[in-house]
Amino acid sequence: MRHVISVLIENEAGALSRVSGLFSARGYNIESLTVAPTEDGSLSRMTIISTGSDDIIEQITKQLNKLIEVVKVVDLSEAAHIERELMLIKVRATGKDREELKRVADIFRGRIIDVTDSTYVIELTGNTAKIDSFVGAIDSSLILETVRTGVAGIGRGDRILRL
Amino acid sequence: MLLTGAEIVVRCLAEEKVEYVFGYPGGAVLYLYDELFKQDKVRHVLVRHEQAALHAADAYSRSTERVGVALVTSGPGVTNAVTGIATAYMDSIPMVIITGQVPTAAIGQDAFQECDTVGITRPCVKHNFLVKDVKDIAPTIKKAFFIAKTGRPGPVLVDIPKDITMAKAEFDYPKSVTMRSYNPITKGHQGQIKKAVQLLLEAKRPMIYAGGGVVLSDASDKLTKLVRTLGAPCTNTLMGLGAYPATDKQFVGMLGMHGNYEANMAMQYCDVLIAVGARFDDRVIGNPADFARVARKIIHIDIDPSSISKRVKVDVPIVGNLPDVLDDILRLLEASGDRPDKESLAEWWKQIEEWRSRDCLKYKNSDEVIKPQFVVEKLWEVTKGEAFVTSDVGQHQMWAAQYYKFDKPRRWLNSGGLGTMGVGIPYGIGVQLAHPGSQVAVVTGEGSVQMNIQELSTCKQYRIPLKICSLNNRYLGMVRQWQEFIHGNRYSESYMDSLPDFAKLAEAYGHVGLRVEKPGDVEGALREAFKRKNDLVFIDFQVDPTENVYPMVMGGKGLTDMILSAEDL
Repeated sequence: MRHVISVLIENEAGALSRVSGLFSARGYNIESLTVAPTEDGSLSRMTIISTGSDDIIEQITKQLNKLIEVVKVVDLSEAAHIERELMLIKVRATGKDREELKRVADIFRGRIIDVTDSTYVIELTGNTAKIDSFVGAIDSSLILETVRTGVAGIGRGDRILRL
Repeated sequence: MLLTGAEIVVRCLAEEKVEYVFGYPGGAVLYLYDELFKQDKVRHVLVRHEQAALHAADAYSRSTERVGVALVTSGPGVTNAVTGIATAYMDSIPMVIITGQVPTAAIGQDAFQECDTVGITRPCVKHNFLVKDVKDIAPTIKKAFFIAKTGRPGPVLVDIPKDITMAKAEFDYPKSVTMRSYNPITKGHQGQIKKAVQLLLEAKRPMIYAGGGVVLSDASDKLTKLVRTLGAPCTNTLMGLGAYPATDKQFVGMLGMHGNYEANMAMQYCDVLIAVGARFDDRVIGNPADFARVARKIIHIDIDPSSISKRVKVDVPIVGNLPDVLDDILRLLEASGDRPDKESLAEWWKQIEEWRSRDCLKYKNSDEVIKPQFVVEKLWEVTKGEAFVTSDVGQHQMWAAQYYKFDKPRRWLNSGGLGTMGVGIPYGIGVQLAHPGSQVAVVTGEGSVQMNIQELSTCKQYRIPLKICSLNNRYLGMVRQWQEFIHGNRYSESYMDSLPDFAKLAEAYGHVGLRVEKPGDVEGALREAFKRKNDLVFIDFQVDPTENVYPMVMGGKGLTDMILSAEDL
C-alpha cells in the first residue's frame, strides 16, 4: 500500500540525513521525499511517499517518532487529503509540435513559462497520476528534460498538522 | 568570567558528577586533556585502544545506574570507537561520548585525522551533535546526558571541533532541559494496564518473560513482586539475567537459542504471556511464524513503542516506564485481591516440572579433561554467586549465562545485541572501577580475549584485579559448533593455531598467570585467584575442544525444536 507520511522536524543541519538514513538502514521504501521550512522557520515539513504492508508502515511511523529531532508524524493517507507535485518539463517545440504542445499543456492546465525558438518549459502541478499522464500524452521523443519536486501533502478540512 | 570551551566541557562533566572518563588523547582533544590535567574532580582512565574506552564506559554504566562517559580524538579515535558505540546502542546503554573534531574551518577539507563523525556514528547512536559555537557546549552536553538516560536509553555523541575548545564563553550549566521534539513517555495507558491485569488474572498458564529493560530501569524488585504475586513461572533473556533471582523456584532459566528446555516450552505453551522490557528478538523466539502458531494472549510492556509489534503481534501493548507500569499493575492486583486460578496454576506447574525434569543443562563431566561448564559452575561456587561476571562472545558466553546463577541485576555484563568479541576485559575494567573491592570475573575464550588483550596494560596501570577465566578450547568454539552442525565438520578457519602462552603473557604485563589442565585443579586455581585480592589473575583453562553448547535451537527453527544433546543431532 502507498502511504503519504508527513513529518514535522526541527530545521537543523543533518535532520534530513537522519530520516533518509533511517529508511535505508531499515530497508524501507522511499518513492519520494520533499522537505522545506514551514511558516515557522525553526521547523521543516517533510512529505514522504512510501509503500509497504501495514506492519511496515506502523514501524516507519514509530521509528520516525523515535528520531530525537522529529516533532510530529502523521500518515495523511489514513484520511482525506490532498497531494500535489510540481513538474518542470523542457520539450523540443518546433514546427507543428509547437501548437500541439501548447494545446496539451492547456488541457492539463499547465503553463508555458519559458519559450525559445526551439523549446518550451512547461510548468505543471497536480497529483502524481496527472503528471504521469501528461508525460504520457506527449511524444516522448520531444522531451528534453524533466524535473519533479516529489509530492507535498496536506490533510483536508480540519485535519491540521502543526505544533 | 569567560572560560574556554575545553574548561566548559570539563566543568559540565563535573556538574553531571561524572566520576570516570574513559579515553585516549590525540591532536583534536589536546585542550580538553589539558583541562582534565588541571583539575581533580573528574578522573580519566587511559585505555590502550579507543574501543576499550567505550566498552569500559559502557560497563561502568551497565553495572551502576549511571551514564558512562568516553572521550576520544577525531578520525581514527572515532572510527576505533565505533564498535564500542554500536555495542552500547544495541543494548540500550546510556552513555555520553565526547569526540574531538578538526577545527571548524578545516571540516570538509580532508584534513589530517578528519572524519565525518556525526555521519559515521549516526546509525549507531541515540542522537549526536556537532557543536559549532562555544556557547552551545554546555546546553548540548546537558541535552546529551538527558537524552542518554531518559526514555529507551542509549549512547549520545557530542563532536567538538578543536577551535571550539579554544574559544571562550560564559559558563552557565542549564538546570533543566526542555525539548519540544523529545518527551519520553513514563506512565502507561491506564485502560491497557487494566486489560493486562484482567488477562493475567484469567490466565490458566501465565508466563513472565523479562528482558534487559528490567535491569536498565532498575525494576527487578517490582518484577520479582509481580512474579511472586501471580505465582507464575519467569524466564529472563540473556540481557535480563539477574532481573529475577536465578536460584528461585519460579525461575525457569534463560530462554532462546541456548535457553532452558522448560523456559522455551513454557514460552510456547502458556496461554497468557507478559513480556517485560524484552523485544522478542531472533535469538529469543526463533522463527516468529512458528511462535505464532500457538494461540496465546500477549501483553507487552516496553518504553519504546517501536519494540512493540515489531516481530510478534501483541494483544495488549503498554508503552511506559517499567517501574511505573509495574507499580500500577501491582496496585491493581493488590486492590482486587484476586489471583489466578490455583488449580490451573498447579496443573501448569506440574507440566513445567515435567519439562524441568529433563534437566537440559546436564553434561557429562570428566576426570581427564576440563569441561567448560564445570569451570563456570565452580566459579559460581567459589564466588558464592556474588561476583560481577563479564563475558566475551561465543560458547563461553553461553556457558556463563547458563551455569552462573545470577540472583541480582547488573551483575552480568555481556554484549547481547551486537555480539562484540573483545568486550570482556574492558567491561571488567569499567565494572571494577565502579565497584572497587568487589569480585569481578571475566569469562572469556582464547579467541575473544585476544581482541582486546592490550587492556591488560590498563589493568596494570590502574591496579584492576580482574580474575580472567579463559576457557581455552583452541577453537573459535561457536563457529566450530555451527560448522559441525551445519557445514559437515568443515572447520573453516575456526582453529586457533600459534596461541601465545597466556600465563606468561599475563606475567609479561605484570600480572599473575596460571595454566590449568586437569579438572581436579580447577577449584584450587579459582580459590587461589580470588585469594589474591589485589592481583589480576589470568587463568588459562585448557578445556575440552569438542564440547558444544546445549540446548540449541537452530537458526530459523521454532522455539521448541530443540537439540538437547549430541544424541539429538
